Formats: sequence, C-alpha cells, structure tokens
Amino acid sequence: MSLFRTELRRLSKRRFTRYMTLLGLLVLAAVVVGVFFTNQKIDAGQLAQAERQADQQYQEQVRWSEQERAACQQAKTAGTATDGRYPDDCSVISPPPREEIKAEWFLPSTFDFKETFDETLIPFAAILALVGFVIGASFVGAEWSTGGMMNLLLWRPKRLTVLLTKLAALLTGILAVTLPAAVLWFAGFWAVANFRGSTEKMTSGVWQSFMLTGVRGVALVLVLTTIGFALASLGRHTAMALGGVVAVMVVGQFGLGILLSMAGVRFAEAWLLPTYALAWMTKTVKLEDWNACNATYFGECKPATMEITWQQSSVLLSVGVVVILGAALWVMRRRDIS
Amino acid sequence: MPAVLEIEGLRKTYKSRRRGTRNALDGFDMRVDAGQVHGFLGPNGSGKTTTLRTLLGLIRPDGGRMTLLGHEVPDALPTVAGQVGAIVESPQFFPHFTARDTLSLLAGAGEVPATRVDEVLELVGLRDRSGERVKTYSLGMKQRLAVASALLKNPKLLILDEPANGLDPGGIREMRTLMRTLAESGMTVVLSSHILGEIQLICDSVTIISLGRRVAFGPVDEVLAQHSSGAVRIRLEAVSDLPVATEALTQAGIRVTGHPDHLMLAGVDKPASVTRLLAEKNLYVSELAPIAVDLESVFLELTATAPVPGQHRQVDESTKVGGTGQPGPAGGGWGA
Ligand SMILES: Nc1ncnc2c1ncn2[C@@H]1O[C@H](COP(=O)(O)OP(=O)(O)OP(=O)(O)O)[C@@H](O)[C@H]1O
Ligand SMILES: [Mg+2]
Repeated sequence: MSLFRTELRRLSKRRFTRYMTLLGLLVLAAVVVGVFFTNQKIDAGQLAQAERQADQQYQEQVRWSEQERAACQQAKTAGTATDGRYPDDCSVISPPPREEIKAEWFLPSTFDFKETFDETLIPFAAILALVGFVIGASFVGAEWSTGGMMNLLLWRPKRLTVLLTKLAALLTGILAVTLPAAVLWFAGFWAVANFRGSTEKMTSGVWQSFMLTGVRGVALVLVLTTIGFALASLGRHTAMALGGVVAVMVVGQFGLGILLSMAGVRFAEAWLLPTYALAWMTKTVKLEDWNACNATYFGECKPATMEITWQQSSVLLSVGVVVILGAALWVMRRRDIS
Repeated sequence: MPAVLEIEGLRKTYKSRRRGTRNALDGFDMRVDAGQVHGFLGPNGSGKTTTLRTLLGLIRPDGGRMTLLGHEVPDALPTVAGQVGAIVESPQFFPHFTARDTLSLLAGAGEVPATRVDEVLELVGLRDRSGERVKTYSLGMKQRLAVASALLKNPKLLILDEPANGLDPGGIREMRTLMRTLAESGMTVVLSSHILGEIQLICDSVTIISLGRRVAFGPVDEVLAQHSSGAVRIRLEAVSDLPVATEALTQAGIRVTGHPDHLMLAGVDKPASVTRLLAEKNLYVSELAPIAVDLESVFLELTATAPVPGQHRQVDESTKVGGTGQPGPAGGGWGA
C-alpha cells in the first residue's frame, strides 16, 4: 500500500504528467468551446424559411428537368446527334422527389444532444487515450532510463509487484483525470445543446446508451495507457514506446493500407487498427466494397458490406493488452538490470 | 563472529551472440564478518560491480551460493532488503526531482519514517541544497545523495560501490569518519574502491578479486604481512664497508641491491639475523628499517597490474587464479 501511494505521489510530482494532462484538458475544452460557437439555436422563423428555401430548390429542379426533357425530345425528333448527352428514353429525366430535399440543408448547424453527443465521445476518448499513452510510457520509461527503477528495486526486490503497483498507480491517476473530465464533457455538451441546440427527446434509454459509450471510452483510455506503459517498460525507454507506435502506425498501418488497396484486397480497413478503435466506440463500423455488387430487387447495385462490431474490437483490445503487458512482465522477471 | 555476507562459488556468464561468452565471475568466494569495514578491491572489469549487483538481486547468477545476514539470496531478498543499504556504481536519479523528493519517495516505498530524510541529508552535508533539482548537482553532490539514499534505511549492512568517486578531499575524509562511526555503531560496511590508501586507513579486512576470482582476503595487516617481501633497508657506519657487507649477506642467501649509501635487502625473515650476521664480521649497522609495504603495492603485485614502462596494459590483463599466471588477451575474455 505504501508503495502504491508513493507511486501515485511520484506520478503527480512529474512535470511531464502535469503538462500533458493540462494540454489534454485544454484541447478538450477547446473542442467544447468550438462546438459552442459554431452552432446556433433554431427558432420557428428560421425553420419556416428553410422550408421555403427547400421548396424553392425543388421547384428549380422540376423546372430544370422539364427543360431538359423537352430538349431531349426535340433532339430526338430532329434526329441530331447528341453525343450521349441525353438518354434513349427521355421520360427517365425526372426531378428528385420532394422529400429528398431536406430543410436542414438550409439551416445553420445546431447541436442536437440526442443526435450528436455520441459522436463527441470519440474525440474525447481519442485525446485522453493519447495523453494516457504518452504519460504511461514516460512514467515508466523515464524510470528505466534514469536508473530510478534500479534504485527502487534495491528497496523493493519483488519485481512484478513493483511493476504492477506502478501500473495500478498510473491507471488510478489516469482514471482520476478521466472520470471528472467525462462528467465535465457531459455537462459541457449539455450546456452547448441547451444554448446552441436542443436537449429534447432524451429518454432514459438514450442516457443509458450514452453512459455505455462513455464507459467504453474510459476503457479505451485505460487500455492505451496500459499499452504505452508496457511498451516503455519493455524497451526501458519512453522513446521506445513512442517510436514503436509511430513505426506501427506509419509504416505498419499507413503502408499496409496502401499495400492492401494496391493489391485490391477486399475490406482493407479491416486490417487497420483505428477501424477497431472506432468500432469499439460506435458499436459497429460498416465497411463497404464498391467493387462488388449485390443486386437488389429494384435493379440497384448495393456494395458488399462487412460489419466490425465492438465485440470483435474488445477481443482485439484484450488480446493486445494481455500479450504486450504479459511480455513486459515476463521480461521484467527475467532480465538483468544494470 | 557471524558472517553478514557470504558468497561461495559465484558464477556469472555474460553471453553475447556475436562475441561468445564472458565469465565475469568465475567461482568467486567472499566472506564479511559482522561489524567490519570490508574493502572490496580489484582492477577494472574484475567483477566487483557484477558481484554486488548479483548479491542485490539485480542480475541473476549462473551458479553459486550467496547469503546476506544469514538468509539465502536472492530468494530471501524481500526479507533482508530492508536491512541492506546499497549504492551500485554511481547510481542515477530522476534528474527533475529535488534531492529531498527523491529521498522521500524512496522512504515512502520502503516504509521509512519521513524524518529520516532530514537526518541523512544532514549526515551527507546536503541539507542546504536539498531543495534543488538533482540535475543541477555536481558529481560529488550526486554521490553524496547516493550515500544518503543507502543510509536512509539505517541498514545493518551497507554496500557501497565506489562511494568516494567524485568526492572532494574533505568529503573523502568525512566519508572515512562516517564509515568508522557507522561500523562502531554496529553496522557492517562493504566498500569497493580504487583509492587504496583510503581502504588501508579505514578497512578491517579486504577481499581482492581479479578476473572474477578471489586472489587474496583477510584482515588488512595479514594480507600485507603475507605479501610483504621482507624488504629491509640498512645503512652502515662507514660507507666503504658496503661491498663487504653485500658479499656476506649474499652468502647468507639474502638478495641484496646496492645503492651508493645504503643496501636494500629482500627476503629477510627476521631483521635481527641481519644485525647478528654483520656484527660477526665487525660491521656495525647504523640504521635498519623494515620497509612497510602498502596495500597499493600488494594489490599491484597480487593482481599483476603494476604498470610496466613502455607497455600499455589492457583491461582483463591481470592475475587469473587457477589458470595461467599471466593471461593473454584471450584469458577470461570474449570467446573463452
Ligand atoms: N551487461 C554486460 N554485458 C556483458 N558484459 C558485461 C556486462 N556487465 C559487465 N560485463 C563484464 O563483466 C566484467 C566485470 O564487470 P564489472 O562491472 O563487475 O567490473 P568492476 O570490477 O566493477 O570494474 P570497475 O572497477 O571498472 O568498476 C567486465 O569484463 C565487463 O565487461
Ligand atoms: Mg564497478
């Protein structure tokens, strides 16, 4: 217990921890403020005007398609070559249905809590996961590279206990930042919706779904923190973890992405890690393959799809954590410290 | 006296895929009795730091037995760690913390009362600078901090690997007094150092290691006595008598080196026999001085590391016990 408290104290004393946390929170605040200023509340007058504008556009479309159809028929009867400008059957030229033209198009953006709050949890989790990763990596990486770990092991020779206690302290610290930040995030966007949008139609089911997304976001933050910690401990250096991730992301993922798309592999995104992080947050990600055709009854061509679910992501995340942390612990047990 | 530290047949082999294996410790033995200040000496790369690291559980040995305070280590390390304070080869500290923070975090991890931090800061002379970041410290100040961290536990056994490294003359003398005081209070101190004058002054006993094996051990005066070559300097009343004396002594089987105004004798068991021998020839000795050997020359002789003019001795060129007397570059080296 004393070791745990000491490690918490060490974590909070680190200037890097403080600055990174501050930076992360500032970015989050900036997002909230930005959304606040780019959204507006819509009153009845604005709504009516938007309807009128939509109507207007519909009329234009109707007029235009009639003109075109007339021109098409004229060309046909005259027998002039049209270079494929018009279809063979002039009757297919028709205006879009009225309901396809939406009034929202003519409205300034507004923040509908029920519709959009979900999506804001993705940048929230992403930013804090990044902060957690870097802090986790630096927390143990700097200990290794400055010899602090060796000093500590002279006091506490049980290596696994030391490493796991450090991890526990780190996760506690990250959680202590993430949870209040999440509460503030909810409150902040509730306020944004209140003043710059609407908070209507919030049922307890919606609340529950938001809560669950929030919990998944926090879990993602903790997972990435753990991975950063484990990688830096494996490499005994902060830079190892950061470099490793840059290498994986840039060479592994970016390069892999290019390679897969060149090779024409179906659902190339299914091989990329960010897809799974996204699926974890949004529950499902639907990948589409436009090179395949699933014909519908209406003769339309639908792309082949593949769904990646949060369950699949959870398997990937757990396996990742177990493998990387397991390796870090195994190496910690065995290696010579000098 | 009970042994506080005991090592038997310790072996540590470093393996490198490219360069083969290196036996850093090759059946090393050591014993330190309670309440002593024990010097741990050896040329560079002879395995001192490796021994101490192994003892403290930082690296795993390939063979041998070790006990600390009567407990088998590394298995019992968790039980004895609280009673063993150590610094291993100028330890590094997290550079952005102050000395006080560094020590108080260690105290927290080791469940030592926080008041002890101020005590040790005072003891090593860092009291007034303890609020500054370690990054800004000089080498000697870092070394003092390291000693402070080892003393923090108020250990029964204190292991210091080159604690005098970087200390100023005053600091070295202070360290010497500190060691003595600690030993008098019942603490056992193991000290590795290359400053042999220092060791000779403060240590009760020594262990000398060369190429991973012990070459000498025991109380300092015994080690000195065993390896003093029985050198004696004599002067006679009349300088003109020196050649006669040389002849007489050589006949008695004593090695003599002539000098303009005195003779150096080697291999003399009892200086009195020299006086008697010369008196019988009516030669009267005006001065007879057994030459005291110092630890440094014994060390150089035992480890065969005395510099030879015109040669550059390489590390690992030192005495190999149980092997060839003077190892070539390959002896105990990579590829062994
Ligand atoms: N991590 C390592 N990998 C390979 N060889 C090592 C390693 N650490 C030490 N050695 C080798 O082990 C031998 C003993 O080294 P050690 O550090 O114990 O010497 P030392 O007696 O402390 O020397 P010094 O007086 O210079 O401090 C040396 O030959 C060294 O090269
Ligand atoms: Mg050393």
